[in-house]
Amino acid sequence: MKRKLLSIAAAAACALGGAAQAQVTDGVIKIGVMNDMSGLYADIAGPGSVVAARMAVEDFQKTSKAGLKVEIVSADHQNKPDIGSNIARTWFDVDKVDAIVDVPTSSVALAINQVVREKNKVFLNSGAATSDLTGKACSPNTVHWTYDTYMLANGTGTAIAKTGGDTWYFLTADYAFGHALERDTEAAVVKAGGRTVGKVRTPFPTQDFSSFLLQAQASKAKIIALANAGGDTVNSIKQAAEFGITKGGQNLAGMLMFINDVHAMGLNTAQGLIFTESFYWDLNDQTRAWSRRFAAAHGGKMPSMVQAGVYSSILHYLRAVEAAKTDTGTKVVDQMKASPTDDPLFGKGSIRADGRKIHPVYLVEVKKPAESKGPWDYHKVRATIPADQAFRPLAESECPLVKK
Amino acid sequence: MTNSSTASVSTESNKSLWVAFAIMTAIFAIAPIWVYPVFLMKVMCFALFACAFNLLLGFGGLLSFGHAMFLGLAGYTSAHAAKVWGWNPELAVIFGTFSSMVLAYVVGSLAIRRQGIYFAMITLALAQMIFFFSLQAPFTGGEDGIQAVPRGQLFGLVDLADNTNMYVFVLAIFLAAFLFIWRVIHSPFGQILKAIREHQDRATSLGYDTDKYKLLAFVISGALAGTAGAVKALVFQLASLTDVHWSMSGEVVLMTLVGGMGTLFGPVAGAAVIVSMQNYLAELGAWVTIVQGVIFVICVLAFRRGIIGEIANLIKKPL
Amino acid sequence: MEIFGIPSQALFGQLLIGLINGSFYALLSLGLAVIFGLLNIINFTHGAQYMLGAFVAYLGLTKFGMNYWLALLVTPLLVGATGVLIERTMLKQLYKLDHLYGLLLTFGLALIIQGLFRNEYGSSGMPYPVPEVFRGGFNLGFMFLPKYRAWVIVASLVVCLATWYVIERTKLGAYLRAATENPSLVQAFGINVPRMITLTYGFGVGLAALAGVMAAPIYQVNPTMGADLIIVVFAVVVIGGMGSIMGAIVTGFGLGLIEGLTKVFYPEASATVIFVIMTIVLLIKPAGLFGTQK
Repeated sequence: MKRKLLSIAAAAACALGGAAQAQVTDGVIKIGVMNDMSGLYADIAGPGSVVAARMAVEDFQKTSKAGLKVEIVSADHQNKPDIGSNIARTWFDVDKVDAIVDVPTSSVALAINQVVREKNKVFLNSGAATSDLTGKACSPNTVHWTYDTYMLANGTGTAIAKTGGDTWYFLTADYAFGHALERDTEAAVVKAGGRTVGKVRTPFPTQDFSSFLLQAQASKAKIIALANAGGDTVNSIKQAAEFGITKGGQNLAGMLMFINDVHAMGLNTAQGLIFTESFYWDLNDQTRAWSRRFAAAHGGKMPSMVQAGVYSSILHYLRAVEAAKTDTGTKVVDQMKASPTDDPLFGKGSIRADGRKIHPVYLVEVKKPAESKGPWDYHKVRATIPADQAFRPLAESECPLVKK
Repeated sequence: MTNSSTASVSTESNKSLWVAFAIMTAIFAIAPIWVYPVFLMKVMCFALFACAFNLLLGFGGLLSFGHAMFLGLAGYTSAHAAKVWGWNPELAVIFGTFSSMVLAYVVGSLAIRRQGIYFAMITLALAQMIFFFSLQAPFTGGEDGIQAVPRGQLFGLVDLADNTNMYVFVLAIFLAAFLFIWRVIHSPFGQILKAIREHQDRATSLGYDTDKYKLLAFVISGALAGTAGAVKALVFQLASLTDVHWSMSGEVVLMTLVGGMGTLFGPVAGAAVIVSMQNYLAELGAWVTIVQGVIFVICVLAFRRGIIGEIANLIKKPL
Repeated sequence: MEIFGIPSQALFGQLLIGLINGSFYALLSLGLAVIFGLLNIINFTHGAQYMLGAFVAYLGLTKFGMNYWLALLVTPLLVGATGVLIERTMLKQLYKLDHLYGLLLTFGLALIIQGLFRNEYGSSGMPYPVPEVFRGGFNLGFMFLPKYRAWVIVASLVVCLATWYVIERTKLGAYLRAATENPSLVQAFGINVPRMITLTYGFGVGLAALAGVMAAPIYQVNPTMGADLIIVVFAVVVIGGMGSIMGAIVTGFGLGLIEGLTKVFYPEASATVIFVIMTIVLLIKPAGLFGTQK
């Protein structure tokens, strides 16, 4: 009954909308790239995401016949939810932005998710990890691209647990992302037959992990899982080496790592680390070509999977706007869900009812210095996890949008 | 802290205050036509925060370096009341104010025993404890804060999700609180407070229990800072760690300093300047901090009267 | 073997880490105590000056190839000189005013310095390598102690005790302490008190910079490294006694140990324990554990 009323109302609104239905509001599609421009996640997203966004608009305009005007704006949320939601509000109310993309840092992503839903715009998240974005907090206005904590846990956690790493100690960054990652990894480890022997919450962000690493060492767990990201991960790994933890026989599992972290640490420190990611620049000819284009515009730095995700999500979004002939939030997202994706970066995939974009995912290992031919040649692919297995199955989803 | 304002209680000099009040009200009433209302609401919340702080510093001579704890705690408690208990906004704000008032009483009782630098250090230390409490406590949501706070229906009738309704609500609270502070300053209580600020021992020798007066000023200041925090949480529908961090305590000092310590309207001007600066310089990122630092330094060295203080000095009337 | 339910290995390990943190607390609070003792100014810029020390060392290394040992010598002098400049141009004018203005000025300066560096370098850390001679560590049985961290403990102890000795036991120190008590009388004796004050501030700042250089290889060199640390250091100084040198040293190391212990038994409280102690001390003995009421 409610559904019928809604569709009648929608039809009436459309009728009233009249000519506006066939074109976008105020003639311009404005896309806002919001991320951490100067802090912990500036390298994996930051200005690079803006470069990727511009490339997506360029490539869209090359093949599009709709003659849409597209603009990109950007802002720094400084990893704070209040700043992020403030920017989002101002963007929507004053600057007539239609979609927000990127947004690493899960606490900010959750806040933006709220605002976008309220204002009926579009949220294409490429940077945040929390699987709650397509779980408890799922929304008909949000698409979660690139990766999430379940994918990471399932990929890395299961792989390591199955190959002998059966006792785990967690170093968890004390915010939404860390908690989600710890929760999902623990579940994957237990399913694969392992167990958790201890966990500790580290303030976010932290410079000195020495006391936490000592506790991990004392626990004698075979695997010390780093449920953190960016600088926190780099610091933990460096300090673990300093304190002889890796020499002492325990292994580190970086649950979320990016090529930029490996670059920052150097292959000497990072070699042998195993983690999961959904994009690597050197995978195939298409990714290579795109990445070289990206690097040329971004100071020679290769793209991270987050930046690749920004490109893909915007491309698919613009195509959906063209097809649906509207920029109203839920309508565009519905269109995005209706059409499968095929882009040079992530291959074939699709967007599910809960807003989760699925695509194949890769288990990679960091090369030894001798195996690398030059800068950014860091990963070797150990395994590929197909799209339908990499992410949380819909049957287990807590999202109210999913019909069970 | 001494200041050079010449506030007296005579009704004649009050005229300048009433004129200034009329101008201020007019500005806030009309500005939303041109300026983004959410921005103006932010200015009003911080103006109230600064006015409350100024009551303690400018008139009481007590520098609290931890006032953010009142802003932030009230933000959390009112957000919790509105979201989890489903209370109406006016009740949520009252609850927020009340929780900060209680905190102010506890903190004040501990801090008042010492003076000057020690007083400031105690407030800073206790504010840090509140910060870490907010970081750990489950109900505050840690780094995420309390999100998706519903604005609710005022008195069960008026939907505050509408920005216009919310604006009127915020404006009303701001003006009411401002008038209350005005009344407090120009009352016998306010006079005694100023006497204590000027020379505490002399006030004691006149028979006043200076500790009681200072504590009362502290509680009022903390409670009103709480009101600002509670309203802010509803405006932005978010309560976060930023509001309990010590840099927020520093910001309110800056607003008061820039606007004019010990003047009635100074904090309002100061808040408007600082919030605007943050807003319009936001794209420049770290430059905001630098500019704030420069303003601090300039104000301390050469501009101690602040904007409103200088104007008041010029027209030789209290503001 | 277990003590209070925690394996002794873990306990000693955490205590040792605590001692390392305590070394930094001690060094920094020493500088603050020296400055407050003589100038009655709370130097809020101290955290930024600590960060400056680390950055000068980092930039010295990357741009001029200045090695760690040279940095230990040069950096405190350079940053101390900036301190002298600040005192001469700005702080001097505030002495006749309420002391809280000094606090506000140094707070503003801290914002400027931190903002400038944050603008230039973002807020992720720059790596600074551990000097060659300190790579590796000692296997103590209950933990593996990196050599560099052992050096930190030893070096800060030496610096702290040397400073204490100079101030409390030498003629120069006696002049300093006398000038704090009664500047005009000391000036009448022909001692250039203003110059002494300026140099003292510079010395305190230099100590902060020294701590920064020593911190560079352990903590990442980043613009916000001093910001949250400074509040803890304030608490240390207040507990120890605002003008007491020995108080700052003892409390600094002591607090490091207490923090380490708290991390073992009740980690959530490890950040707040210092403030709780400070509040208690302020209520019972407001001049601090080692301080004397002025």
